Amino acid sequence: MVGDNITDIRFHGRGGQGVVTASRIAAEAALVEDKYVHAFPAFGPERAGAPIEGFTRISPKAFTIKTEIHYPDIIVILDPTLIGTVNLGKGLKEGGIVIANFAGSMDELKSKIGIKQKVTFYKVDATKIANEELGRPITNTVMLGALVKITNVVEIDNVCEATAARFPGVIGEKNVKAIKRAYEEVQ
Amino acid sequence: MTKAKVTKGKRIGMTGDEAVANAAAVINPDVVAAYPITPQTIIVEHFSDFVHDGEVDTEFVCVESEHSAMSACVGASATGARVFTASASQGVALMFEILFIASASRLPIVMSVANRALSGPINIHGELTDQTVCRDTGWISLFSESAQEAYDNTFLAFKIGEHPDVSLPVMFGLDGFILTHALEGVFPLDRKFSKDFLPEREMVHPTIPGNPVSSGLLALPNYYMEVKYQQELAMDAARKVIPKAFEEFGEKTGRYYKSVEGYQMEDAETALVTMGALSGTTKFVVDKLRKEGEKVGMIKVKTYRPFPADDLAKALKDVDAVGVIDRDLTFGAPGAALYTDLKTSLYDYKDRPQVFGYIAGIGGRDVLVKDYEYIYKQVLKNKGAEKAVPVEWIGLRK
Repeated sequence: MVGDNITDIRFHGRGGQGVVTASRIAAEAALVEDKYVHAFPAFGPERAGAPIEGFTRISPKAFTIKTEIHYPDIIVILDPTLIGTVNLGKGLKEGGIVIANFAGSMDELKSKIGIKQKVTFYKVDATKIANEELGRPITNTVMLGALVKITNVVEIDNVCEATAARFPGVIGEKNVKAIKRAYEEVQ
Repeated sequence: MTKAKVTKGKRIGMTGDEAVANAAAVINPDVVAAYPITPQTIIVEHFSDFVHDGEVDTEFVCVESEHSAMSACVGASATGARVFTASASQGVALMFEILFIASASRLPIVMSVANRALSGPINIHGELTDQTVCRDTGWISLFSESAQEAYDNTFLAFKIGEHPDVSLPVMFGLDGFILTHALEGVFPLDRKFSKDFLPEREMVHPTIPGNPVSSGLLALPNYYMEVKYQQELAMDAARKVIPKAFEEFGEKTGRYYKSVEGYQMEDAETALVTMGALSGTTKFVVDKLRKEGEKVGMIKVKTYRPFPADDLAKALKDVDAVGVIDRDLTFGAPGAALYTDLKTSLYDYKDRPQVFGYIAGIGGRDVLVKDYEYIYKQVLKNKGAEKAVPVEWIGLRK
């Protein structure tokens, strides 16, 4: 937290997995609640398949800070293949939160991820949910369901509203269903 | 005069680029001629969607370069049309020749600049130099601290430039990526507001069929100097028009802007001065330092041309020392753009602070909270120095 009441979130995924969209939907959900936001990609060229990051800064109060996010309170990992291959813990605050898309056990996650700070881990098999609900392994919206369950940074209904607004019609409905499943299944 | 309450209504999530494109769509200009370049591309892409979807009546001119874009803008604006474009970095550099012609021809074209570092080395990230180098082109020049301000500047730029006393082109900047590609909540405005705030442009001598006029003529030593002097008079007129435009905009939207905005300046002994997105973090750091008991304030320079020299002198008369943070470069000069202008402006005043210069955020390097805190400490340390203190580069690799 860089200042009073500001929550800094970092999303990890690969180019093409909707990492930036996840950071935007989180911000748009916060706007539904009349909160204040700043959401952005890691700046620079994007390459499909390469590890990338997206960021969301949320506060109930107006803020003017315009730095990038270097010390997140929360990290959300969309793609399990990043675990153990990318330095996911960089800058993560002591006492922070890790929410991972991971099918294995919690012990497996902790030993594989290589985060040294004292943080709390949560996991959900988001790829399974995405495959079953969306028919493809795109987990960006699914992981938002897990994020809001754990952190309450925004309300689940507002994430669903922001998602439905972004993906009108059947696709939106399917994503909302997937979000709600992750909300229930995260542990 | 009663001031409107802070804008009510729903904020919409928009990146800075989307905000500018959306504002331009509300304004519905007659002509847009533009060429895409990172980090401005989304403005042009988004706007061309509006054209395709019939949401605007704009004639969108696809061109093969920025030089052509600005040339097309000049031609269109000379007919009396309301003209908008957007560019960045190398694009602005390629326009450079035509920028002078637009201002000398007194054509109130509006251009948003997605501020980006200039090559070389090639770099696509945020820096204000692409706009500060345009300081001698005769364009009015504004900067934005947030996506909201970029949105609002789109309206303000037309209001100021098209004022009959001014009739000058206006560029406004938004820092590459940290504004252009970052989403914020933005209060939108509508067509009704736009029609009211921006009545149809009235041009005295438009070049239209049936009314042939000559413009962009040759002027040799017999008249060139007078034309240039008139441009300077137009800049002087802009000094009067700009605050009125800000005031009217504030009354209608609840968002009041100033060419020189003071923050926490009431009892400040030291001030940090900057432009663009750095202003936001500077305010954040000032709040932090205030909590620690430091008597520090900040000044945000929104209007870069015409340079608000008197406003700055007034705002800084009671402080002892000032740290100017430039996110722009000029080599072999006494310092960077804002620093040199500010220092020059204060020279004639008896009550003036010492001014120290800092260069930060070049090529998109993030300026961290600790960097601002370091700058503040340096200003305190340098205060009272009896010799010139060299401009310091912040956050350099050692």
